[in-house]
Amino acid sequence: MAGALVVLGAGHYGWALLMAEETWQVVGLLALAGMATIAAYKTGFVRRVERDWAEAEPQLNRLAFAVLIGLILVLAGSHFALLMISTVLLYFIASLGLNIQFGFTGLVNFAGAAFFGAGAYTAAVLGAQALIPPLLILIAGGIVAMAISLPLLVPIVRTTGHYAAVVTIAFGVLFRTFLEVNEILGGPQGLMVESMKLPGWDFYNAPNLFGFETSFYLNYALMAAGLAALVFALFRRLERSWIGLHMDAVRLDETAAACFGISVRKTKILAFLLGNLILGVSGALYGMMISFIAPASFTFSDSLLLVSIVLLGGLGSPWGGVVAATIVVLLPEKLQLLQEYRFLLFSILVILVLLFRPEGLLPRHLRNFFPNRRTGA
Amino acid sequence: MSEPLLEFRNVVKRFGGVTALDDFSMTLAPREILGLIGPNGSGKTTSFNVLTGIYGPSAGQVMFEGRDITGADPRAVYEAGIVRTFQRSRLCLSLSIYDNIMIGDTARLTRGLWSNLISRRGLEKQLDMTRRTARDLVATFSAELADRMDAPVGSLPMIERRRIEICRALISGPRLLLLDEPSAGMTHDETHQLMDDILAVRARGEGLSIIIVEHEMGVIERITDRCIVLSYGRKIAEGTYAEVAADSEVQNAYLGAD
Repeated sequence: MAGALVVLGAGHYGWALLMAEETWQVVGLLALAGMATIAAYKTGFVRRVERDWAEAEPQLNRLAFAVLIGLILVLAGSHFALLMISTVLLYFIASLGLNIQFGFTGLVNFAGAAFFGAGAYTAAVLGAQALIPPLLILIAGGIVAMAISLPLLVPIVRTTGHYAAVVTIAFGVLFRTFLEVNEILGGPQGLMVESMKLPGWDFYNAPNLFGFETSFYLNYALMAAGLAALVFALFRRLERSWIGLHMDAVRLDETAAACFGISVRKTKILAFLLGNLILGVSGALYGMMISFIAPASFTFSDSLLLVSIVLLGGLGSPWGGVVAATIVVLLPEKLQLLQEYRFLLFSILVILVLLFRPEGLLPRHLRNFFPNRRTGA
Repeated sequence: MSEPLLEFRNVVKRFGGVTALDDFSMTLAPREILGLIGPNGSGKTTSFNVLTGIYGPSAGQVMFEGRDITGADPRAVYEAGIVRTFQRSRLCLSLSIYDNIMIGDTARLTRGLWSNLISRRGLEKQLDMTRRTARDLVATFSAELADRMDAPVGSLPMIERRRIEICRALISGPRLLLLDEPSAGMTHDETHQLMDDILAVRARGEGLSIIIVEHEMGVIERITDRCIVLSYGRKIAEGTYAEVAADSEVQNAYLGAD
């Protein structure tokens, strides 16, 4: 019950936040969220939510998905709200990719935006040819992102901790510079990206919903929701598998992991490639949605933004990623006066979270391999 | 004498100018319990690290069951049937007891992406089986602990962590168990209890050999068949505990002359 209440409440809260126009409304809503959180802890409501989640996770996941679709349909006429929802969802998907690397395996990747951008540029280049079905272009975006990350595997496997992180920073900067000087890829001006197309349906068109006029972003919001659900499910299964256990073991103690037969190298390679694949796929859909991309959209700052989603939400915690992606994407849009200071705001937020709640806003829970059954082993 | 299970042949390990293991040779018979003693820095843990592939030796050879495993990586050593515990316990504190112990059984668990993510029937069976084994194993050490297998290891006191570390080492049914100072951070009685539990597990299986590094001489005296004393990386004595304890060189180097 408590769990369902939270899911429905979150849906309503998301609606209110998207509809809020005035600064005082947004600030009021944020204050409300803060107070509700504190009250939930004081009254023990949080415990009940956690228990519900442990008992009926698959049902609550389905409910959350239904609420998300409901929210999208309710806002079907609003360009801005749907663009926001889609962006939050795509950043959330990207953060799941990063979470496999960072949250599970402990590989810090400061080039997230580069792999996200690689997906978007793949969509631009392949979409212009009109030879490949756009659904395959999404996958191609992921594969290209994965492929350009191959050279990074050498330092990732050979070094640990900060050294690998520094290499990814260099890669991100290199990627952006490469885009800027490359004339075929549009140089600093960037490229147009063709819209997503399913057989018989171009996402450029606004769907007609029972006679109501809707925004063409409805297409993207629904597709992003579906993709998010799919990646979320795979992410959960990965966490709750032997591979996920190996990733945890590698993150927490490489030496001990190796002494128990875990291949540290293979585990890191898998996590890094899988993460970049997800980043690339989400980037490809993002590019199709915003229809115009430039190197300036995929900078080091954007990589930091992705990392801060992972840190804010909690390492390895997908629900934390939903909350953090909402904060990171929506707040600067809603509080225009913060727009210029948004990186300052996020840095402060990350520092505060790391100081007072180092495990993130919604910390990851212990592994439950098969939540849909009682485990009385 | 039958063929040794393990053999060090003139193993040398240098770190820069320091020789941590100097021309070290020894053999271990199947089912034998060997004590490795000596002052701090005498090369006991280094010999474990060389054996488990964490360091490659600078010279010499390591044979296990007649196979040359010199310089093999930790994974190959594990797959050959050698497991260990660590001097400073190296568990995953944020994971449950189940998870920690199951990490010890990776050789038997499926590794493919498809069977881990998509078609998970086999994984479910493995999970049930491995959890049962883990729980039974823990129950031989502490029935109380076996009832809390879902608790995070970070919430447990030192003695329980030691037990879990040993269960993680034992779950794969190894041929050789290396114990690196199991008594560190534990009381005298707790240590003896732990040793009894390990011997109980050993008695059930077939031919588990143990090498134990320990400063607690009571433990060494009680459970080992034979002892090797190291000092500055060199073997200075070998024999039963009573023999090495009577050795004058050992008394000077380690036990302290009366």
